[in-house]
Amino acid sequence: MDSALIIEKGIFIVVIFAITMLMAMYSTLAERKIAAWLQDRIGPNRAGKGGILQPLADGLKLFAKEEFMPDTPNKFLFILGPAISMTMALLTSAVLPWGDKLEIAGHTVILQATDIDVAMLYVFAVLSVGVYGIMIGGWASNNKYSLMAALRASSQLISYEVAMGLSIVALIMMSGTMSLREIAAQQEGMNWNVFYQPLGFIIFLVCSFAETNRTPFDLAECEAELIGGHHTEYSSMKMGFYLFGEYAAMFISSAILAILYFGAYNYPGMSWVAENWGANMANILGIVVLFIKICFFIFFYMWVRWTIPRFRYDQLMNLGWKMLIPLAIANIVLTGVIIIIADKYL
Amino acid sequence: MSLLTIFYILAAVTLATGFMTVISKNPIHSAIYLVLCFFSIGGHYLLFNAQFLALVHIIVYAGAIMVLILFTIMLMNLNKENEPIKSIASVLAAVVAFALLCFVMLAVFIKAMPQIENYQSSGQDYQSIKVLGKVLLNEYMVPFEFVSILLLVAMIGAVLLSKKQKTVE
Repeated sequence: MDSALIIEKGIFIVVIFAITMLMAMYSTLAERKIAAWLQDRIGPNRAGKGGILQPLADGLKLFAKEEFMPDTPNKFLFILGPAISMTMALLTSAVLPWGDKLEIAGHTVILQATDIDVAMLYVFAVLSVGVYGIMIGGWASNNKYSLMAALRASSQLISYEVAMGLSIVALIMMSGTMSLREIAAQQEGMNWNVFYQPLGFIIFLVCSFAETNRTPFDLAECEAELIGGHHTEYSSMKMGFYLFGEYAAMFISSAILAILYFGAYNYPGMSWVAENWGANMANILGIVVLFIKICFFIFFYMWVRWTIPRFRYDQLMNLGWKMLIPLAIANIVLTGVIIIIADKYL
Repeated sequence: MSLLTIFYILAAVTLATGFMTVISKNPIHSAIYLVLCFFSIGGHYLLFNAQFLALVHIIVYAGAIMVLILFTIMLMNLNKENEPIKSIASVLAAVVAFALLCFVMLAVFIKAMPQIENYQSSGQDYQSIKVLGKVLLNEYMVPFEFVSILLLVAMIGAVLLSKKQKTVE
């Protein structure tokens, strides 16, 4: 029994890993295609039909590039930087519920690697450790521009983590649990959290943009001022790891947005499908729905990137500390008051 | 692999990284060893099945405090590899403070034992956040509020300090 569970979870983790990688790979293509579409161009269309093999070609190119090592006394830390970035981008997927459950040959498979009751804190722990990837990499590059970019990026990350944490507090107050599985289950049908926590959702969304280092908050790689950001000195696949980790983080963060606020695997009429076509069919459709939601958020990330210009650094800090944090605290107070009123009179 | 083996490995990592923190000449290496040390301590908490404590430990120490320390080291350009030898008095003070802390911790553990037995006999999961929250907000309400006020005061103090510098400029 025990070893069967370990094998099952092992297979599941490998599948999730593969899907994350695949999504990250094709996010790079989607980004270029959407950019081309928004700018009235064609986009990459040489490798494969309509550019479908472009990510493979990109990967091959990065692997084949010359491995350049700057003159730094910290070779180990230099390699450690992108490794941490990539690992931390992938670690979060362990606690996300990708679906409800499936019945395969009388055996119930829960579609989640692990369900801990402090899953939300786990997400934040991984997020806060991810800062080290940028900091260590930027410092070990032994380059003033890299160091400045790393300091910028990490101060941005830790500033927006505060607002993000506070916006989540209101959601936890409302749902009364920190387990992502229970939060997902609570949003049955159209009972999505975004309708109860619109302000919290907007704060969380803005913070997600900042946490994944995407435009309008991509000050880390502000090429006009800082050459190439914290990965100026990186080349070959180490550079690829930083960029790839960013796309993996975008996928994971879209998944978190969909699970926390947009009903996870729930969709209207799920119980009807379960009654008429069987519970398995309903849950498989649920997985499909979750991935559609994730793809929508990934598209949203790209849409914003190619629409809105970059913030200035002081604007970024003002937005984080003077707008989002007070708003998030007001949201907590408001949620508390509404919960008490709803308990008493409804 | 039993839990005991994992404990020995974790303990070795904790001790080794702790020593390296003190021995390292480069302040950044020192800070990174300290981060590893915090992670291994988080692992010790997980061995006791204290998930909440482990995660909060990593968020607060590795994710917030050490990031700020690394920041200061990088900004102040302390990465020269010479460190002045500290005076005997400060070393002595550190040792005494550490011994006192150990004493308090020991007292806490001895006093906590009957409580833990209570929970174990009633079959409650005393590591879960539900039980922890109830205890903190019922029995220890007043100290909990005091701690929050202390943190708030520190936060306001930091804001005030940063404001003063602006008017001077």
